[in-house]
Amino acid sequence: MNTPSRSSTVEARSKAEGRRPSRAAAVLSPSFWADWASAVGLVGLVIVFSILQPVFLTAPNIQALLVAAAILIVLSIGQTFVVMTAGIDLSLAALVMLGAIVLGLTHEAGYGIFASCVLAVIVTSGLGFLNGLLITAGKIPDFVVTLGTLSAVTGLALILSGGEPTMVGDTFLLRLASGSIGIFGYPFLVAVAVALVSHIVLYHTRFGVHLLATGGQQESARQLGIRTGRVRIAAYTISGLCGGIAAILLVARIGSAEPTINTNLLLNSVAAVVLGGVSLFGGRGSILGPLLGAVMLTTLVNGLTLLSVSAFYQPLAVGFIVVLAALIMRYQK
Amino acid sequence: MSAVPNEAPADAILSCQGLGKQFGAVRALSDVSFFARKGEVTAVIGDNGAGKSTLIRCLVGVHRPSEGVIRFDGQDNPFATPDEARKAGIETVHQNLALVDELTVAQNLYLNREIVRGIGPFRFLDRRAMNRGAQVMLERLSINVPAVKQRVRRLSGGQRQAISICRAVGAGAKLVVMDEPTAALGVQETANVETLIRRLKDEHVSVILISHNFDQVRRLADQVWVMRAGRVVASVRAAETSGNELVALVTGAKQ
Repeated sequence: MNTPSRSSTVEARSKAEGRRPSRAAAVLSPSFWADWASAVGLVGLVIVFSILQPVFLTAPNIQALLVAAAILIVLSIGQTFVVMTAGIDLSLAALVMLGAIVLGLTHEAGYGIFASCVLAVIVTSGLGFLNGLLITAGKIPDFVVTLGTLSAVTGLALILSGGEPTMVGDTFLLRLASGSIGIFGYPFLVAVAVALVSHIVLYHTRFGVHLLATGGQQESARQLGIRTGRVRIAAYTISGLCGGIAAILLVARIGSAEPTINTNLLLNSVAAVVLGGVSLFGGRGSILGPLLGAVMLTTLVNGLTLLSVSAFYQPLAVGFIVVLAALIMRYQK
Repeated sequence: MSAVPNEAPADAILSCQGLGKQFGAVRALSDVSFFARKGEVTAVIGDNGAGKSTLIRCLVGVHRPSEGVIRFDGQDNPFATPDEARKAGIETVHQNLALVDELTVAQNLYLNREIVRGIGPFRFLDRRAMNRGAQVMLERLSINVPAVKQRVRRLSGGQRQAISICRAVGAGAKLVVMDEPTAALGVQETANVETLIRRLKDEHVSVILISHNFDQVRRLADQVWVMRAGRVVASVRAAETSGNELVALVTGAKQ
């Protein structure tokens, strides 16, 4: 995690140069809390849960928590790319479901596990591309297009699978789900790798700058010759790609491809992006923020479970925290 | 004196002949012939809706003209998109400045022509080179900005205008097009921007200036073109005209 921490010091320095009186004042300003809501929230939750339930801060629990967060991290990062262009991808969870079904069916049909995984990722990326194409070339609002894709893709996955789960008993996926380096399970490491690559793409390539410009002021970007349509299509394709990676992690985790859509994943991916300080108006945000947001939401669920709080309370808690974060976000400058 | 010349002179950097533009049922431009000489400041004036912006947008590739020929630097109809116009050497300072608030001064100066290092698909931004280059660009035009790593959001109107002009010149533009560069500025900032435009002329950069301010046009421009109702109605040397004559031409009191 070298790169994100370096970028945060650059951030702090540029803030200090921005005629801020001092670093102490910067820490006290509401804008700081808005930018780092996910980090602050995460630290707060860890402290509270550690005090209330000693089991929380043990290596096995941390390992399980991070592995459980992996899928949400990958999806939040995909969602981040789209939100940074001032869009939203509501079809993300449906793409995960379809990706899983494609993986299961192709594997059952005798394809090798790698071919199946690649096919799943191609299908979800292709549908992401289609989302982007309909939104930009078709000039239909992102909300409507991805809502349509959400329904259509869910239906497609049900038709393909006949509503039946497909077992995927493969040693590679088994090892992916259960292996670890230290307390970091492979799924979490995959998520971290996705985050690192995304950070580099977003902050160290021309495409990244163009994406931020497109999300920030699309008209300005267009006037400077940036092909904003292509940039937005690319963002939805990346979102679909992340959906495919998440599908692989999901099938590895549960050992089968289930034709059920987990809407919690969709809502939590948007929640993690908001908690991570990414502006819903586009053009502003980070990769580290949504990653921490995803870990924070998973920590919340994990901690409440350890405290034997009924699962029924978990969506309530998530909703409360997201709205709270949005309120803090109003102070973001 | 105010007759519209039909043929572009040999030293014209940009010219057009019989340009027309139709938006659905609305005729925004009809039979416009226009030129801008190398190294000069050429002003286009006219009332709101006279077609100034449409003309400029056609010239820099934002709109595709319905009819007519555009000539830039010896080439006929050289570009179909703003990107191609930029590559050919025309930089536009738009009325909205085309700045991205959340990006830094340096990022804005290098937007869509970022410096990258690496090979093949692995090409990464060379931020240090861009920050240094941005500093050099700003110093060359004596533009005063707190820091190149500062976000543009925090800058004043005049500073933003200066950044936008600096970007246009820094790209090595042969021709800089400015749409109402001082419309939203105070007295002091307007003076700064006018000084900047004179400095461009000293650097032998050709400028097309769209303006509402007749005094400013006479202070800065060499040649003035007057538009009314989608047509060019006059072309005069700025030194040979008066503010009253320009007003008369714009309003149609003088034909």
